[in-house]
Amino acid sequence: MKRLILVAFMLISGFAFAQTEGYKVGDVVKDFSLKNVNNKMVALADYKDAKGYIVVFTCNTCPVAKAYQERISALNATYAAKGYPVVAINPNDAGAVPDESFQKMQALASEKKFNFPYLLDPDHVVTKQFGATRTPHVFVLNKTDKGNVVEYIGAIDNDPEEANSTKVEYVKNAVNELSIGKKPAIASTKAVGCGIKWKKG
Amino acid sequence: MTNNDKTIPTKFRYSFMRVFFIICLSLITYCATAQVTLLKLDELDKRMANGKDTTYVINFWATWCSPCVAELPNFEKLRLANLKKPVKVILVSLDFKSKLQKEVIPFVLNNKINAEVFLLNEPDQQAYIERIDKKWSGAIPATLFVNKKARRFYEKEFTETELKNTLLNLK
Repeated sequence: MKRLILVAFMLISGFAFAQTEGYKVGDVVKDFSLKNVNNKMVALADYKDAKGYIVVFTCNTCPVAKAYQERISALNATYAAKGYPVVAINPNDAGAVPDESFQKMQALASEKKFNFPYLLDPDHVVTKQFGATRTPHVFVLNKTDKGNVVEYIGAIDNDPEEANSTKVEYVKNAVNELSIGKKPAIASTKAVGCGIKWKKG
Repeated sequence: MTNNDKTIPTKFRYSFMRVFFIICLSLITYCATAQVTLLKLDELDKRMANGKDTTYVINFWATWCSPCVAELPNFEKLRLANLKKPVKVILVSLDFKSKLQKEVIPFVLNNKINAEVFLLNEPDQQAYIERIDKKWSGAIPATLFVNKKARRFYEKEFTETELKNTLLNLK
């Protein structure tokens, strides 16, 4: 019996490890081409003048992601002009949660006047490449000769409910540091978010 | 004299009844609203420190987290199976504080959750995630088993059997 439990635990921990695979800080990102809410395909390489990217995994339904919608728009408003545009990707499967459908993404993007692409990731291909585990989950990339290098992974800030008096804006700080040629002082953070709604079966 | 003897107890009886009625009313309202209270990590730590031989099974969940909601009945079963043992099941919601009245309390009432439910009252999630467990990414559901001798943290969903076995094997 004990051995059985041990095997079960090993399987579980193996599974947990598999779940945390994906890009680490320092990894070079493989480009992708995903459909935007305007039906056009978007790839990182399309942004010829970009110095980097703020890739945000976010969605239609998660209360935490919703709480961050305006902050994501604000990030793009501030940093797209400085060469660090926001590229948002919905990692969720509409089969698992109907409100995550492409039509609902289009509706949300027009209702909230998203000033950044909001991309569909069918079959979670890009989500798995990045190793995104929740919404919102941010990857800040720096464009280099080697390719787009991951420089920050984690939360937008430490204040989801806008009630933290000691607010630290991780993504802003990371991009500001990159823009002056520095490495982000805080390269990864943890956060509570909604788990990804994976395709069933 | 006889008249007075009769009237005084009646008066008392009335005021007693009134007091009793008021206590009942306030108890009912207390039960309906006090299902979920705010909790600081310091308070949780203090309680565990004073817990003597109690094993605490602390589940971190949220009303918006579907796998969390799905496993809540397993925690209720664990609680019922261990009523006579020094085991305490505590459900700590990570919902927004602003959702306490509108979403968390109605959810607890509608789903007839009888375990103790709290809403975590910590503004800095970076700090509290690390404090609960260094390995925790912040993903929920997550469950902490803790007593005087052991502390085990799991970032995963639990079946009824897994919960039972994890509790039994806690050393």
